[in-house]
Amino acid sequence: MAEKHTEEHTAGYGTYFYVWITLLLFTVITVVVSLMHLGNLSILTALVIASIKALLVLAIFMHLKYEKMVFKVMFFVAIITLTIFIGMTFIDVLYR
Amino acid sequence: MSENEIAGTAHQESYLDYRGKYKGILSWILSTDHKRIGILYMVSLFSFFLVGMCLGLAMRFELVSPGRTIMSPQTYNSIFTLHGVIMIFLFIIPGIPAALGNFFLPLQIGAKDVAFPRLNLLSWYLYMAGALLAVLSLFTGGGPPDTGWTFYAPYSIETGTNVPLAVFAAFVIGFSSILTGLNFVTTMHRLRAPGMGWMRMPLFPWSLYATGWVQILATPVIGITLLLVIIERFFGIGVFDPAKGGDPILYQHLFWIYSHPAVYVMILPAMGVVSEIIPTFARRTIFGYKAIAFSSVAIASVGSLVWAHHMFTSGMSDFARVVFSLLTFIVAVPSGIKVFNWVATFYKGSVKTDAPLLYILAFIFLFSIGGFTGLMNSALALNLHIHDTYFIVAHFHYVMFGGTAFAFFGGLHYWLPKMSGKMYDERKAKIAWLFVFTGFNLLYFPMFIIGYLGMPRRYYDYPPKFHNLNLTSTIGSWILATGLILMFTNLILSLYRGQKAGSNPWGGTTLEWHTPSPPPLENFDEIPHVTGGPYKRTKE
Amino acid sequence: MQESSGHAMEKHVDYTGSKIGMWLFLFTELILFGGMFLLYSVYRYKHPQEFHAGAVELDVVLGAFNTVILLTSSMTMALSILALRKGNKKLSLILQLATIGLGLLFLVNKYFEWGAKIHHGLYPGSEQILQRGKGEILFFGLYYTMTGLHGLHVLIGLAVIGFTVYMTQRERITAEDFVILENTGLYWHLVDIIWIYLFPLFYLIT
Repeated sequence: MAEKHTEEHTAGYGTYFYVWITLLLFTVITVVVSLMHLGNLSILTALVIASIKALLVLAIFMHLKYEKMVFKVMFFVAIITLTIFIGMTFIDVLYR
Repeated sequence: MSENEIAGTAHQESYLDYRGKYKGILSWILSTDHKRIGILYMVSLFSFFLVGMCLGLAMRFELVSPGRTIMSPQTYNSIFTLHGVIMIFLFIIPGIPAALGNFFLPLQIGAKDVAFPRLNLLSWYLYMAGALLAVLSLFTGGGPPDTGWTFYAPYSIETGTNVPLAVFAAFVIGFSSILTGLNFVTTMHRLRAPGMGWMRMPLFPWSLYATGWVQILATPVIGITLLLVIIERFFGIGVFDPAKGGDPILYQHLFWIYSHPAVYVMILPAMGVVSEIIPTFARRTIFGYKAIAFSSVAIASVGSLVWAHHMFTSGMSDFARVVFSLLTFIVAVPSGIKVFNWVATFYKGSVKTDAPLLYILAFIFLFSIGGFTGLMNSALALNLHIHDTYFIVAHFHYVMFGGTAFAFFGGLHYWLPKMSGKMYDERKAKIAWLFVFTGFNLLYFPMFIIGYLGMPRRYYDYPPKFHNLNLTSTIGSWILATGLILMFTNLILSLYRGQKAGSNPWGGTTLEWHTPSPPPLENFDEIPHVTGGPYKRTKE
Repeated sequence: MQESSGHAMEKHVDYTGSKIGMWLFLFTELILFGGMFLLYSVYRYKHPQEFHAGAVELDVVLGAFNTVILLTSSMTMALSILALRKGNKKLSLILQLATIGLGLLFLVNKYFEWGAKIHHGLYPGSEQILQRGKGEILFFGLYYTMTGLHGLHVLIGLAVIGFTVYMTQRERITAEDFVILENTGLYWHLVDIIWIYLFPLFYLIT
């Protein structure tokens, strides 16, 4: 019952290289932005940039983009769960 | 279901007769057969259950009259902690999934084994390692922990007793639980028999599926929390230490983010067992199959949003208390749906009240009491009055013991003939059930009253006005213990003296009844092709 | 025959099944760290100024350098799988070894970074740190715990990649049967992702 792994469903050497360059670029951006002292916005930009980087790693390096739907749904469930855990704790912390 | 295709397997050697590479005990503890692992788990689980039971009896005996009876207050603190740790982490959380789930999940979905058989064995070893560490924690360091099974900070980071080792034990057992959940979820995704769509999967696997997700997504939270307690104790990082700015309420949040969903890890598989036994003994197709299947998932998801109802008196924000109280009321809905469907299944059925069904009927009765008192607990104003009293103790024993453990016992009577190939003595089983049921109510019902009148839980002593009720409760504990011993004796004796059980003694419809009892090593000669729902009955 | 119960030796190569199992395991890792991110976010919300003061003392250059190292190692890991699947065993081995090298470099940097902090008396429970505000005690407590646990994961990842190097060398991992390498890669990328968040959250608080 071995499944055939079809070559065309994965990225090539080039794709990985470009993703790497993009990741480095975002690292530079996040450092530069942090030096601009944006105040409250800085946490938001830092998290957004980190999430973009994480998504790139997930989609390309971890092949999530090429996987079956079930993987994506499962991943979504895990992320939502974590968000809820943190979010609902803040229902307490914010109003205490 | 395809009736006769699999009937030709009777000549095959059963998994018990199979002679592998190893003999004796090694043929068990090195086996990757899901059936043998299930039995390994079952034997270990019930051994710990008996230890926990003895500790419970000791506690009850201490409380038989006010003042000192047999032990010192410090011993009493250790004993209730140990009773909680053993019963929760070593018995009821792994409980049904690890024992009955391991054995019957592959059988019920028509698979030869779980997805990762070696991982399955590893999870048993982790469980045993955790148990060993828990035992070690009693005799090393500062002596047995006295924090209660919740290990609340800051006391757990201050007490001189051996908290780190006990906490680490729970961490290891949690890891074992994760591996079981991960294994089961993958198994159900990949190894269902051809033709068995999700909507043709029996309800016990459905409940294990929901449970598996809770194990995967919630258990790591307790893992990190307990790890942080250890790090806090050794390095003083400050996260739970108010002297260093840490917030003990956050410990409670993290603890209950896992430990409340863990309640559903305990009860969901029990509900799955109930959903298997009722259609068999009512001789009816289950009523509301989809509603039961989806309510398992609903309980698992909504149940993950209600954890802070354990913390109504902890000093968290009022807004959070209102939100969590509301959500707690909502989680009662899917449980109600299940109870309704179970009861509706009996309608126009030809009910046969053998021991498995008796335990299940007791489950419905006791779980309903536990559930309704749970609604009382979730009402904010009332909660302030009964929080940390015996009312809570009664409530969760009705749900966990009256619920989960009764379903476990029912499932044991139901499936033991399949596991061993021998029938137990029905009359003795019924007598034992009567003792268990009576003793249970006598033991725990008075606790509702004592708690409502104001007796706090975990107290060593009490004023004389509570004497009669405490005495009743203690007497109940003796009756219950007698019943349990009768039950276990009867089941164990059946292995030696029991009549041969056919492949389908109860007239069940799911796939496990299509293999011989006990099943052959690889369960099915040929993987069955499923053509209909799991509880469809053909007219014979 | 490894399985004592003597299961028929049909080779069990359910790639999708193995990968589902691995992803489920990764979720548990994610939530394990998630618990600490929860603590982090609550304490940062409570002590924004002191978290900032703590972050100023961390070495942004070193942190950014380590980020680059881990990102690069993630790429070499992904490439090693691709190389193997294209049948280039030698390139795959080189890339796996490169991943190990980068991982080690990351740990060496971490060692010097921690070493310098500890040398200055900045570690949990030290006199230096207890004189500071509660927010800073928490900041450094979390810093050591989270980067420490992350470092432990790097170390475990390195050991596993060492194992895959051996397996690839012995042709137990091949262009046809590489799910172990792929799952190892998944683990390594997850460790990378966690660092992607740790870096701005500890080094770049303004």
